[in-house]
Amino acid sequence: MSLAEQYVADDVAETSDGYVTADGRKIGGVMMEMRNITLKFGGVVAIKDISFDIRQGEIRAIIGPNGAGKSSMLNVISGFYHPQEGEVWYNGARRAPLRPYQVARQGIARTFQNIALFEGMTVLDNVMTGRLNFMNTNLLQQAVWRGKAAREEVHNREFVEKIIDFLEIQAIRKTPVSRLPYGLKKRVELARALAAEPHLLLLDEPMAGMNVEEKEDMSRFILNANDEFGTTIALIEHDMGVVMDLSDRVVVMDYGKKIGDGTPDEVRNDQAVIDAYLGVAHD
Amino acid sequence: MTANAHDAGGAAQSMPALLDRNAKAYPKKAAYREKEFGIWQSWTWAETREEIRMLALGLLDLGVQRGDFIAIIGANRPHLYWSIVAAQMIGAVPVPLYADSAADEMAYVLDHCGARFVIAEDQEQVDKISDIRAQLGALEEVIYLDPKGMRKYDHSHLHDFVGIQTRGNAARGTLLVELERRQGDITYDDICVMLYTSGTTGKPKGVVLSNRNIIETSKNSSDFDNLGPGDEVLAYLPMAWVGDFIFSIGQAYWTGFCVNCPESETTLITDLREIGPTYYFAPPRVFETQLTNVMIRMEDAGRLKKKLFDHFMGLARRVGGDILDGKPVGVLDRLRYRLGSVLIYGPLKDTLGLGRVRVGYTAGEAIGPEIFDFYRSLGINLKQLYGQTEASVFITQQPDGQVRSDTVGVASPGVEIRIGDSGEVYYRGPGVFEYYYKNAESTASTKDAEGWVATGDAGFIEEETGHLRIIDRAKDVGKMADGRLFAPKYVENKLKFYPNILEAVVFGNGRDCCTAFINIDLNAVGNWAERRNIAYSSYQELAGHPQVLDAIQGHVEAINASIAEDEMLSGCQIHRFLILHKELDADDGEMTRTRKVRRRIIEEKYKDLIQALYSDAQQVSTRTEVTYEDGRKGHIAATLVLRDAAVTTPAQPRVAAE
Repeated sequence: MSLAEQYVADDVAETSDGYVTADGRKIGGVMMEMRNITLKFGGVVAIKDISFDIRQGEIRAIIGPNGAGKSSMLNVISGFYHPQEGEVWYNGARRAPLRPYQVARQGIARTFQNIALFEGMTVLDNVMTGRLNFMNTNLLQQAVWRGKAAREEVHNREFVEKIIDFLEIQAIRKTPVSRLPYGLKKRVELARALAAEPHLLLLDEPMAGMNVEEKEDMSRFILNANDEFGTTIALIEHDMGVVMDLSDRVVVMDYGKKIGDGTPDEVRNDQAVIDAYLGVAHD
Repeated sequence: MTANAHDAGGAAQSMPALLDRNAKAYPKKAAYREKEFGIWQSWTWAETREEIRMLALGLLDLGVQRGDFIAIIGANRPHLYWSIVAAQMIGAVPVPLYADSAADEMAYVLDHCGARFVIAEDQEQVDKISDIRAQLGALEEVIYLDPKGMRKYDHSHLHDFVGIQTRGNAARGTLLVELERRQGDITYDDICVMLYTSGTTGKPKGVVLSNRNIIETSKNSSDFDNLGPGDEVLAYLPMAWVGDFIFSIGQAYWTGFCVNCPESETTLITDLREIGPTYYFAPPRVFETQLTNVMIRMEDAGRLKKKLFDHFMGLARRVGGDILDGKPVGVLDRLRYRLGSVLIYGPLKDTLGLGRVRVGYTAGEAIGPEIFDFYRSLGINLKQLYGQTEASVFITQQPDGQVRSDTVGVASPGVEIRIGDSGEVYYRGPGVFEYYYKNAESTASTKDAEGWVATGDAGFIEEETGHLRIIDRAKDVGKMADGRLFAPKYVENKLKFYPNILEAVVFGNGRDCCTAFINIDLNAVGNWAERRNIAYSSYQELAGHPQVLDAIQGHVEAINASIAEDEMLSGCQIHRFLILHKELDADDGEMTRTRKVRRRIIEEKYKDLIQALYSDAQQVSTRTEVTYEDGRKGHIAATLVLRDAAVTTPAQPRVAAE
């Protein structure tokens, strides 16, 4: 029996299409499923026959040593890479290869390992770009800015202000992103992703390079986003403390293969995972 | 004129009664504003009354009894101010607490007053209450304002603020009679609020202030500065502090002016600029920080701008204060000053958010003369006042035109002052508190049968002007080994006037010379270091940098020279000092929440460092416990360098003249 099967069978109160976590959050049915994914770059096999699923409302982490294929996996989920073998199922249907804007319209948003913001624009404008899919007026209407275009902008701005309030970045609303320290830029990226009202949010190393306090803040925002908006979150992270605290289930990768999958506790005690990644626990 | 409204409200003997009066007199005028979602939202007096009454009805529905204590914890937000008045409206006693107190400090206060209800701002405060709930037998229901992050909390004794208001509104039919009866029963002598003192020594004490205390004080002080319904204040100081209670509740309800709440602590400067208050209060520290920021930015400004700035600030220093005080100034200088207003002073005041300030106050600590004069020379009517929680703030204040940085003014209207035999300042007046809650012993030792209250400060009244001057805390003033006067605060204040120095603690009571601990100001020193290409990675490293030590040594030697000029205090010159490896912090109990140094605790905690200062050692290694914001503890270890500072001998020792 694989870890994933045990996970469902042993210690989760299964409902028909979901379960309830120990802290009372409702996890729904399978939202996204990876079936036997293999991804190659020329002769290099980045991902080898990996299968796992992401359930509605959960926080799913992908961990593993450097070069394990985590970011590639995230790029497959986001539709940026097209695997040579295997299928991606999203909301009960097999997903055909997509263009980035189609991915966004499907309700998937992401942040990047190396921050990708518009450096010369203010925080507010950056976050507003996250609303692009909610703007339906054309160039002419926006130039005239009467009626529909104005209403649309007010509506979008209101939503963005709620995100700004949620992530506590009011003080830097009008600050150009290039002037912000690293930790805040990360937060602005999260804001932009949340502004897109995603069903599935992909976070690529959201805490990399942060100090303890910034990590704590970021963890709180991730938990609150999941709790408040019901956003399903898949994240890659190296800080084991953070991963184990935040996530409901963890996939462990090594050299492109899946070597473990389950709750943080199960993964922590899995011999294969310990050997490949975590190392020996000191008692 | 506002007098009409006041006459009509002459009978108003409580905040709820004043609220009714204001809702009738100024129904459409803004009473509260708060910036939320990037926009200033506002509530008129009529809307405010409705909001407060709905909340009061909701609290009645929740079972609040007369005399219950309702603790209010959070930052300055209209809803929390409404909570105070809603509590008063149904005969309960509001107890605002410091929002940044740690859970165990809160536990003491909540347990001491036996609060049955808590109204908290957000998850952070609710979490603190949950942590200490088990110790609080009396606590029943908790109401929160911001639902963020609390969806999955157990809501059996936890309520949403708006939910309570909705409940109150729904129960209006049955509870309105009770509400009117409770409000009608409030008398002038009932408790208006209970405020806990920050406790420089020992446990905080609950100061009970009556409606009479607050309303009389608000009336007198509003008249003193001609405050009216057109004034605007920015409420940003802790709600648990008596000053905020007088400014944002007492005077606001008495005169009907508008209370503006900032979006968050971090947006304060922007919000200040957008509101442009006409009546402004800030502790010296805030003025210092603002001035430091201006100076730092001017260092980086272009050459023309810097020249203009220097030229016109020179002019302002010479004539600005006199123009503000209405003293005679030459025509040419007046014209120049007017030009300066257009080019420099006006824009600068706008940037600081002080462009419309008609009356500004600073209090709590001594303010540096350079800082004080800087603001006054710009034409900002900054004044000093001297007050205490026990006095409902006002003991003395400076009338317009009689403003100096080294006095705290004349007795406030209705207040009498006398200096005791020991030099301690006593006062008596309408604002004098009723009693310390559950502490008859302290009440008796602070307030005598005739109503005189001991301030605990030593001071004297200047004969020529009648202004009060404060020397130091009476119990801190001591004698050195050779009998010379030791007044640590006096020296510390002089040190703190340097932007590089954030805090200083001077020792020397009963010893043969004085020594000091110094905290550098990370902002100012950090900027200074940046411009000199001094690399550092932490506060600790910067604090131990030899060049920083040199700079601080320069400051110490300069104040030694200035202290030497004062015969009475020349013994207080600092012989040795060190720069502390961490900032003194309220979380570690080293300062009060209002940022006053707790001398005894510091003496105990850093015994090893003091010992080293009075030895021949050149450096000392130490290990210090620190408390993080969430209450966890850790240690930091450091090796500190001890420096000797040059001492100035008074030019002509006048031993013979004695």
